[in-house]
Amino acid sequence: MNTELYPTGPVVHQATFIDGHSVEIPMLKILQQDGSVYPNADLPNIDQTSALKAYRALAFHRVLDERMVAAQRQGRISFYMAALGEEATTVGGAAALEPQDMIMAQYREQGALIYRGFSLENIMNQLFSNEHDLGKGRQMPIHYGSNELNYMTISSPLGTQIPQATGYAYGQKLQGKDAVTICYFGEGAASEGDFHAGLNMAAVHNAPVIFFCRNNGYAISTPADEQYVGNGIASRGVGYGIKTIRIDGNDILAVMKAVQLAREYALEKQKPVIIEAMSYRLGAHSTSDDPSGYRTKEEEAKWQAHDPILRMKHYLVKQDWWDEQQDKALFEQLREQILAAVKVAEKIDKPPVEDLVTDVYDQVPAHLEKQLTELKQHIKQYPDAYPVTAGRIK
Amino acid sequence: MAKMNLLQAINNALDIAMAENDSALCFGEDVGHFGGVFRATSGLQEKFGKDRCFNTPLTEQGIIGFANGLAAQGSTPIAEIQFADYIFPAFDQIVNESAKFRYRSGNEFDVGKLTIRTPYGGGIAGGLYHSQSPEAYFSHTPGLKLVVPRNPYQAKGLLLASIRDDNPVIFFEPKRLYRASSGEVPEEDYQLPLGKAEVVQTGSDITLLAWGAQMEIIEKAASMAANDGISCEIIDLRTILPWDIETVAQSVVKTGRLLISHEAPLTSGFAGEIAATIQQECFLHLESPIARICGLDTPYPLALEKEYAPDHLKVYQAIKQSIEF
Repeated sequence: MNTELYPTGPVVHQATFIDGHSVEIPMLKILQQDGSVYPNADLPNIDQTSALKAYRALAFHRVLDERMVAAQRQGRISFYMAALGEEATTVGGAAALEPQDMIMAQYREQGALIYRGFSLENIMNQLFSNEHDLGKGRQMPIHYGSNELNYMTISSPLGTQIPQATGYAYGQKLQGKDAVTICYFGEGAASEGDFHAGLNMAAVHNAPVIFFCRNNGYAISTPADEQYVGNGIASRGVGYGIKTIRIDGNDILAVMKAVQLAREYALEKQKPVIIEAMSYRLGAHSTSDDPSGYRTKEEEAKWQAHDPILRMKHYLVKQDWWDEQQDKALFEQLREQILAAVKVAEKIDKPPVEDLVTDVYDQVPAHLEKQLTELKQHIKQYPDAYPVTAGRIK
Repeated sequence: MAKMNLLQAINNALDIAMAENDSALCFGEDVGHFGGVFRATSGLQEKFGKDRCFNTPLTEQGIIGFANGLAAQGSTPIAEIQFADYIFPAFDQIVNESAKFRYRSGNEFDVGKLTIRTPYGGGIAGGLYHSQSPEAYFSHTPGLKLVVPRNPYQAKGLLLASIRDDNPVIFFEPKRLYRASSGEVPEEDYQLPLGKAEVVQTGSDITLLAWGAQMEIIEKAASMAANDGISCEIIDLRTILPWDIETVAQSVVKTGRLLISHEAPLTSGFAGEIAATIQQECFLHLESPIARICGLDTPYPLALEKEYAPDHLKVYQAIKQSIEF
């Protein structure tokens, strides 16, 4: 038990107020936009193979987002969320982790899942909510999840994954696992009560969890300066007694370095870390959003100049690990693959009507069996009104 | 067998669950060394260590969020919310997360190992915020199981079943009976079935249905009615979600009358759901309207608790009205 209630600090006899800005928070930058490394920068563990793996994931992510936003515009899928400009935060994060580490994401973190090797077919099946979707067509597009790849299924309510990540990591610790949990969220979600609950509990209960805030400047239309007035999200980490770092989120080497060090620290000390990655959501919040209503083209152009994928490409070229011709070929190949996968996935049937009642409980209870039977009889009576399932009901 | 009160039976069940399963954890506000404000977790920290039985910060949404994460990870969290009146900050974590975890992931992940224990109900001079019975809010959420025991024997068997059940369970403990109810409880391990009501007393004239602390109220009313020559069949629902329609319907087909009683307010209380289902199942067998004897549609009072409560006299009166209808 702690008998010393008051933290140590100087005793003063004139009233002295401080604010979050009294703590100066440094920002880690390793890679410059032209692909050169800042002098004296500490590089993350990276070699040609891992760098190219990360770059391929970034490229895949960029093309996937372009294609799927277009597919939504064409009415082929109902909804999509691109991560344009923020790809380094998720791909870099996954690249710095081990496969056994749990990823608990918010929703714009498909980059981490792509890096882990979630197949293009699985992605498409989710986006088209067809019968091969691992989530059985129950959630809107981009709510991916994979037990095999330790990527927790996305939940729309904001911030709920934050205290869950603390609990998940606490369980990993108690069972002596060589694994941590990373928890992604935006600066908007950091206003939710669950953020405060999750961080405080992680600090108090010493959970090996890495909180990764993607500060992308906007929560739908609300800019960060209308979301908080403190010194970003990082200052809150300090308040909770959590090891804290702020990084350039468009710098994949800074992301990898911070996450690698955070993982080491979390595992060794069995304590949480928070990383605030400063980035910018270059695209719309989702396909249902239009940023022209709340920000200028000039502002967007300024951030386009900090493209994280181009920055990494310049780095690879400078290392002689990659060239323009390879780059062009990769993007062309990805466009073809993704377009072909769209054409396959959109033809696959929707899930069967029975999937309405499974997984509500571990077993289908009697009242749900009854409701399903009644529903099937009704569909049989009006088959034209329910074309998705009518033909498949026995 | 040993004589235990309801708290001791719960403590005994938690002890068994933690001893058999290293990944079972008990936590919540004041749950650690102090053993909880009602002492349901007494001695567990000393026995199983601070890593497995501990105090949490004062954050109900945090407690259940943390518990959801633990359950998804494969641990067996048994989280305590100190009073059911304080469960609402965790409403989102329970309703949108615990209840939907398996469904939304297509069974890739689940939190079936989660159990939430929380004391509910009035009769302890607790006023608005230490007396509520919020079960109906949760009954509207597919994916949850809701369990309420009426005595120590039921508490131990139902709690062990809840902890081992592969679905998230909210276990509502009738705090008025924590020390007031005692009885013989087997010291060994046993379970009672979830989703199954129990016919506590057979009868032929009217079916009385309740759960938890309200059971002793309807039992008292039934014995008053017996003096008038009225034969009551008494059923303890035990599990509110999913509830045992079959047992209740069979009874009502036999007796032709149904009275449901709960402490929670009348409007949108779970009795309304039962009444709607039973009139559907038993319409032609009913000889009088289904009676609901519940709390008033007011916040839970303090000074006028006795007037508010659906006591044995109100139940007795309603039994007579139903018979004479």
